[in-house]
Amino acid sequence: MTSISLDVPKIKNRRPANSIINALPWIGPALLLIVLVVVWPAIELIRISLTKITSAGTLEGFNGLGNYRLLFENPDLKAIAIRTVIWVLSVVSLTILISLPLAQLINQNFPGRKFVRWAMIVPWAASVVMTSIIWKWMLDLTSGEFNLTLQQLGLQNGQPVDWLRDPRYSFFVLVWIAVFVSIPFTTFVILAGLQSIPHDIVEAAQVDGASSWQVYRGIKFPLLRNSLLIATIINLINVFNSFPIIWALTRGGPGYDTDTMITFAYKMAFVEYNMGPSTALGVVNFAFIMLIVLIYLRVTKATRVQV
Amino acid sequence: MRTKVKKEEVKFIWTPKKAATAISAYMIGLFFIYPYINMLFTSLKPRGELYASPTKRLPQSWQFDNYLNVWSKAPIGDFLKASVVVSVCATILVLIVSVPAAYYVARNRFKGRGAFLLLVLATQMFSPTALIIGIFREVKFFGLLDTWLALIIVNAGFNLAFAVWLLSGFFASVPVEIEEAALVDGCTRFTALRRIVLPVTLPGLVTAVIFTFVATWNEFTVALTIISSSSRQPISTGITTFIGQYDVAWQYLFTTTAIAIIPVVILFISIEKYLVGGLTAGSVK
Repeated sequence: MTSISLDVPKIKNRRPANSIINALPWIGPALLLIVLVVVWPAIELIRISLTKITSAGTLEGFNGLGNYRLLFENPDLKAIAIRTVIWVLSVVSLTILISLPLAQLINQNFPGRKFVRWAMIVPWAASVVMTSIIWKWMLDLTSGEFNLTLQQLGLQNGQPVDWLRDPRYSFFVLVWIAVFVSIPFTTFVILAGLQSIPHDIVEAAQVDGASSWQVYRGIKFPLLRNSLLIATIINLINVFNSFPIIWALTRGGPGYDTDTMITFAYKMAFVEYNMGPSTALGVVNFAFIMLIVLIYLRVTKATRVQV
Repeated sequence: MRTKVKKEEVKFIWTPKKAATAISAYMIGLFFIYPYINMLFTSLKPRGELYASPTKRLPQSWQFDNYLNVWSKAPIGDFLKASVVVSVCATILVLIVSVPAAYYVARNRFKGRGAFLLLVLATQMFSPTALIIGIFREVKFFGLLDTWLALIIVNAGFNLAFAVWLLSGFFASVPVEIEEAALVDGCTRFTALRRIVLPVTLPGLVTAVIFTFVATWNEFTVALTIISSSSRQPISTGITTFIGQYDVAWQYLFTTTAIAIIPVVILFISIEKYLVGGLTAGSVK
């Protein structure tokens, strides 16, 4: 074995300054797939947003910013935009706040830890639509788990709550389900961050008499900065894009009362056939995601060893 | 390293504080699977018990027959077949395009390598939801509306990034020297890849396969938009047709979700170790 390493002919392709032409047979299929599935639809979306389009989808020539004007004249847009901001901020911040202590908890040593971690993966692995439907059943007016529990505890004077149709509760229910399905991924990202903290640092602090809270506050939390940043950015995008929860439970209704900009764009395009403004909103949504993706790329590039 | 080994050898000793930690962890675990336990109980109730007042948590008479009867109550055989075909094909397509790309990127420096990796990473961040109008029009342009082929291609495209990033990490971990030795011994590049590199990277391949399969299995928005005939629906959108059309027979609805959820949960748990690394593209470690 050792003699071979003396004069091995270098693999041809390992020479530095390879041109991308040599790489194409290897990365070409992946590039083609990305162009077909991501780049083409993005360009098509932008093109259509500048075109006059009928409800049947027929194109009728350049329209300038006409579709955008129609979109911004829509009286419902302002409330939906505000709700989208509330939706994203509340779901992401609640998710992070709950996941931080959960990650700390499942990082402790206790019997059956593996099973607790497995249980926490379930909402992550299960279909979001199906999870939403299960919650819908648990929140059912007459037969649901929640109203049953409220009755047994003697709350609400035994009166059941119509969680999904009562405008006082429906949006919060949606927020809660989004938090529920976002926690597992977030917790596991933070857990990976906790596990990467060297034992020696923590032990040294403990030897010096630091309390566990001091260890967490002074050593672990600062070292979790990267994990938290990545988890926050990925959640921002996922939650903004979130469609199945709202669609399965309220369809954005009643009216537009639980719509976000994502469900509103879908509703305009595929339910109301109001194509023009829907493509304009699609571009606005796309631009927002693009912005966060650029931030993400900057952050990961800065934190990754090599790109 | 030494401390780690020592920790594992020490026998666990119960103290009040540790008991409190363990109990709260068990309760958290129960909390996260409770909806799915509720689903299982409901799927085993007879119809009469669903709306009984007052409701009971456990079925009073366990109807295991629900799991047999559901197949004739709704076309779930068709739904599952669609899901299996689309998920398997999307997974194969992801492997075909991502293995060569990941291998080349791990082994070679070339102009545009960084740009390619960033482009791949960017696609992971996009979900089809925001682009759905563009995707719909493109699929229509190619005459592929209401086909599984369209679902396969779109799902493969959006899950490619996970596989490329994860696998390039695995390929990079195989020492070049072993591969070069094989080439000296007269192996072709592809033989070297197949006989030497692939066995070492098997855990990465299994993870990429399972991840793509589960993600495609659960995909909702594209299937909802592109598939219009009910006989071609995958289970993720087919399930919503229960509501209304079949008089919301919740017990059958939940036998179906149980059949659709349990296998993918087991698959997903089996790749737990590599999930975070693949999804955060190496930025957490």
